[in-house]
Amino acid sequence: MIIDELEKKLRPPEMELPPYPPKVITLASGEKMVVREAKREETGVLLGTIHPLMGVPKDYYDIVAARMFSEILGWYRYRVANEFVIVGAIDGVIAGIVTSRCVDENIGMSLHTLTIKRGLRIGAQLFAAKMEHHLEYIGEKEVWIVAESPIGFKRWMIEYELESAEDRYPEIRHELGGVPTYVLTRELYDAVRDQKVTGTRPVDPQVLATADRLKVPEEYPQIPGFKREK
Amino acid sequence: MMRKITIVGIGHTVFGNLSDFDLVDIMSFASANALDDADIRKERKIIEQVFVSNMGGGMINHQAGIASSLVSRIDLEPAMAELVENGPASGSSALKCAFMAIASGMVDVVMVTGGELMRTVTGWKGTDFVASLLHPEVEYNYGLTLPAFAGMFTRMYMERYGLTERELAMVAVKDHENGARNPYAHVRIPCTLEAIHDGENAHVVNNYIAEPLRLYGMCPVSDGAATLILCALDSPKMKYFKKKEPILISGIGAATDTHCIHNRKDPLELKAVRLSAERAYEMAGLKPMDISFAELHDAFVILELVISEEVGFFERGKAKEAVESGATRIDGNLPINTSGGLKSKGHPLGATGVSQVFELVKQLRGEAEEGRQVKDPKHGMAVNFGGFGNNVVTTICSKE
Repeated sequence: MIIDELEKKLRPPEMELPPYPPKVITLASGEKMVVREAKREETGVLLGTIHPLMGVPKDYYDIVAARMFSEILGWYRYRVANEFVIVGAIDGVIAGIVTSRCVDENIGMSLHTLTIKRGLRIGAQLFAAKMEHHLEYIGEKEVWIVAESPIGFKRWMIEYELESAEDRYPEIRHELGGVPTYVLTRELYDAVRDQKVTGTRPVDPQVLATADRLKVPEEYPQIPGFKREK
Repeated sequence: MMRKITIVGIGHTVFGNLSDFDLVDIMSFASANALDDADIRKERKIIEQVFVSNMGGGMINHQAGIASSLVSRIDLEPAMAELVENGPASGSSALKCAFMAIASGMVDVVMVTGGELMRTVTGWKGTDFVASLLHPEVEYNYGLTLPAFAGMFTRMYMERYGLTERELAMVAVKDHENGARNPYAHVRIPCTLEAIHDGENAHVVNNYIAEPLRLYGMCPVSDGAATLILCALDSPKMKYFKKKEPILISGIGAATDTHCIHNRKDPLELKAVRLSAERAYEMAGLKPMDISFAELHDAFVILELVISEEVGFFERGKAKEAVESGATRIDGNLPINTSGGLKSKGHPLGATGVSQVFELVKQLRGEAEEGRQVKDPKHGMAVNFGGFGNNVVTTICSKE
């Protein structure tokens, strides 16, 4: 693709991000979830996975899905700086997605966590993977976080004992709607890492291969009777 | 001689997050389901008395007069109606009240509906509301909660009897295996021992909640409702109940123990469980060895083991051997928590005792789902545990 001058001006400057090494987590059900970075060419399957959830108000799926849809589209069309997307896939079927981006080499901006398959703490595992990438592989000093749902607030703010940045507003201000911002510092992360972050590396090539080609879910527990239009 | 009392209709909602509905809605769903099961939707006015069991309607759902509301919602007026509250054993206590009402000769047909709507509040508020059953000054005020008590109780049992975390995880695996086949269960996900205990990711996948109890050592917080319809076997109204085989309530017993656990000589001894079971056995003329299967109140998996010892199924400290040998699985000698138990099916407090007996009836009728049906059961037992063992009800149901 030839990028003309105007398109060049529209694109954000990019940092070079290190890759997130894939890992596999054995879920309580015994299923193996491969956790890996999504590739730009997988945008279609990611958007196809998210789209049905934009009509589900329960547990704030609608707002999370709508915002994540735009984040991934923005990533694909080069309209978000330094974004990365991590997926969790069971036998190739997408079970959850997280989005995040780097503000600079010190600050991470956690965007969204969307769980499709529920009851197995998939969201918690993927959020932990996102924090792992920011703090261990990219090497940032802290990650700014907000929650849109009570579930998210419990999982992130409470379980990670995040610091409220209310008294540092507007110096610390998450870019998602100006809602109260919390910060995961390296110190807090180190304190909970062993209880929150797991996964086996390197991944057995055969297991990793199950996630080579991502597939859209055919069932959504959030949408009883869901049938995907062919 | 006491009247023979049978269960002639059963109803149940799915357990899980039902917060789109109000408390009386979900009770109505289960009640209507039971009217259909008993085939008396048109003749429903033959129900003379309704007992409703619930613990938190006033506290967390801001609703009072629940029994009257339910009667009106399902068009059962002018039936008499009262609410029964006995903490997590409210359901079985309501059943006991129904049993006594019929046994006394005051009425012939009674509906018992239990329900709880707990997911409308945060987990903290839910835990706090359940903790309100503890002693207000010497327990609750010190921040004690039911999971905290269960953690300490488990630790003490482990130290005395050598129980391991792996054996506790085996109970959860067995319960989830059953729950995954129960269409009403909250967590219909089978789990594996490798994933929740043996594997290298297990410490995060199955994290500590109240050490040594982990996530898979505790019941989920659930909404749900269940209903039973009872009729005296000698009543002329039995003519209405021809569709399904009536199941006899052959024994029911209850007992209390000290409110504060620290006042018990041995905190691991659950006297109220033992006494309530003895009373139920006596009424039924049965012994532990006669029981074909049981639903035991495993809000925490340790309770399945301890209750099974207190009711005489196993010697003290030996229940873990039964779990290891597979004796308590569906195809074992004494299947326990065939519904998935509170662990997998869920524990909407006011509904739990009713739901346990619902499962007894399903099994005794031979209506349990494929892979979950006990082979040729004769007598089933349900133990519903109130407080931390301070008010317990045991029910035995039998094929007539």
